[in-house]
Amino acid sequence: MAKFFTKEHEWVEMDGAQATVGISGHAAHELGDITYVELPKIGKSVKQFDTLAGIESVKAASDIYAPVSGKVVQVNERLEDTPELVNESAEGEGWICRLDGADAAELGGLMDAAAYAQYLKGL
Amino acid sequence: MEDLKATPLRARHEGLNALMAPFGGWLMPIQYQGIIAEHKCCREQAALFDICHMGEFLFKGDIEAGGLEDVFTFSVKGIPVGRSRYGFLLNREGGVIDDLIVFRLAEDEAMIVVNAATTPNDFAVIGSRLKNPALLTDVSAATGKLDLQGPLSREVLVELLGAGIGSIPFFKFIRTSILGADAIVSRTGYTGELGYEIFLPAQKTAELWDLLLKDPRVNPAGLGSRDLLRLEMGYSLYGNDIDETITPLAAGLAGFVNLEKDFVGKEALLRERQQGAQKVKVAFRVDSRRAPRHHYEILREGAPVGTVTSGAFSPMLCCGIGMGYVRPEAAEPGTRLVIRHERVEMEAQVVELPFYRGGSLRG
Repeated sequence: MAKFFTKEHEWVEMDGAQATVGISGHAAHELGDITYVELPKIGKSVKQFDTLAGIESVKAASDIYAPVSGKVVQVNERLEDTPELVNESAEGEGWICRLDGADAAELGGLMDAAAYAQYLKGL
Repeated sequence: MEDLKATPLRARHEGLNALMAPFGGWLMPIQYQGIIAEHKCCREQAALFDICHMGEFLFKGDIEAGGLEDVFTFSVKGIPVGRSRYGFLLNREGGVIDDLIVFRLAEDEAMIVVNAATTPNDFAVIGSRLKNPALLTDVSAATGKLDLQGPLSREVLVELLGAGIGSIPFFKFIRTSILGADAIVSRTGYTGELGYEIFLPAQKTAELWDLLLKDPRVNPAGLGSRDLLRLEMGYSLYGNDIDETITPLAAGLAGFVNLEKDFVGKEALLRERQQGAQKVKVAFRVDSRRAPRHHYEILREGAPVGTVTSGAFSPMLCCGIGMGYVRPEAAEPGTRLVIRHERVEMEAQVVELPFYRGGSLRG
């Protein structure tokens, strides 16, 4: 499964209609030590690019936007007590939540890994 | 960025890949390996901070006849030689121009250590309050300052500088020789841990820095961790928690004000004491890991009562902690507050300072 990235540094990985969402390794590095992840409520419905969750580091508080539309069906509960997991593995074990009912067509507006790497170079 | 001043250690920080940022007109290291790791190093071992940005003034002359006795909120002639004292330089309204430490070097000699951003103004104000401004010299550029803080700092310094360091009590200092130069080693700091502030000639700073970092117990720490450490102790940061619009009484720092002696701003403080402060300092613990931040709004029972001036996630308490100013009725310990900023909202409870009580400060 391939990851797609937003300009705001979220990633999404689709498996059928289910989407796993997180923030990119670049974003986690830029935030520094992550101290809190505001997980979304199960059952919350979001449209693409709506505010989905929140994340705080010793330096800043930021919003996490939904890379695709969908309904929250699962959250990464490990982040409640160990938010540093996002620093350690932003694009793996530090995933934020899973959305159901996502539409793969929305990936068209996102970047693949190569395009995202190129985008980071331009920042 | 062009006008930023750099300490003698700038190349060292860059060599360590530090994240550098402006602070008080200086380009300073914010972090090396990470703010939380550096915070932990200070609480558990020994952390080394470049504090060369702070200002130092030398006063030479009779403390009383020269006018220094009436400049600060505490008595300078009451400080025994070899000791230091913390307090304030106030404006006529009682507002804090700066918080500072005076070191009594000799009967007729004192060193005044001030914040970086306020150094030029402090020098002008203190000079103007002396009988003769020439009694005061700004030695900031020639003076380097390294802080070694943490429970292991004493054994590190004793091994490096000799047994004399081991017996310096809290808020006392010794004059000694480091790397062949005159230096002051003071048992003070801004972290809540056992620690030392070392003053030495600026050109010797890099050499001492290298020497201290050779010790495996010592790690460099930036201003990011320093801010967390001081907040866990409830220490005020000038420019955030105290400034020219805030009196030491409102800031809960009356213990550093001697109303029995004369100083500029005393009448205003006496008036405030009579009438009661409009806003007072409050410290609060958040119910979650969420961090309150500077300028967030403080509410009580749904109504705005004040503003956050400092806040962070505390690694020692594992929750958000913060300080701010509120109406006096909202500052009672136990009071429930809500901290709000846009869509972010967190519940908190007023507590007494310090937040963190496990430090080695007086160890």
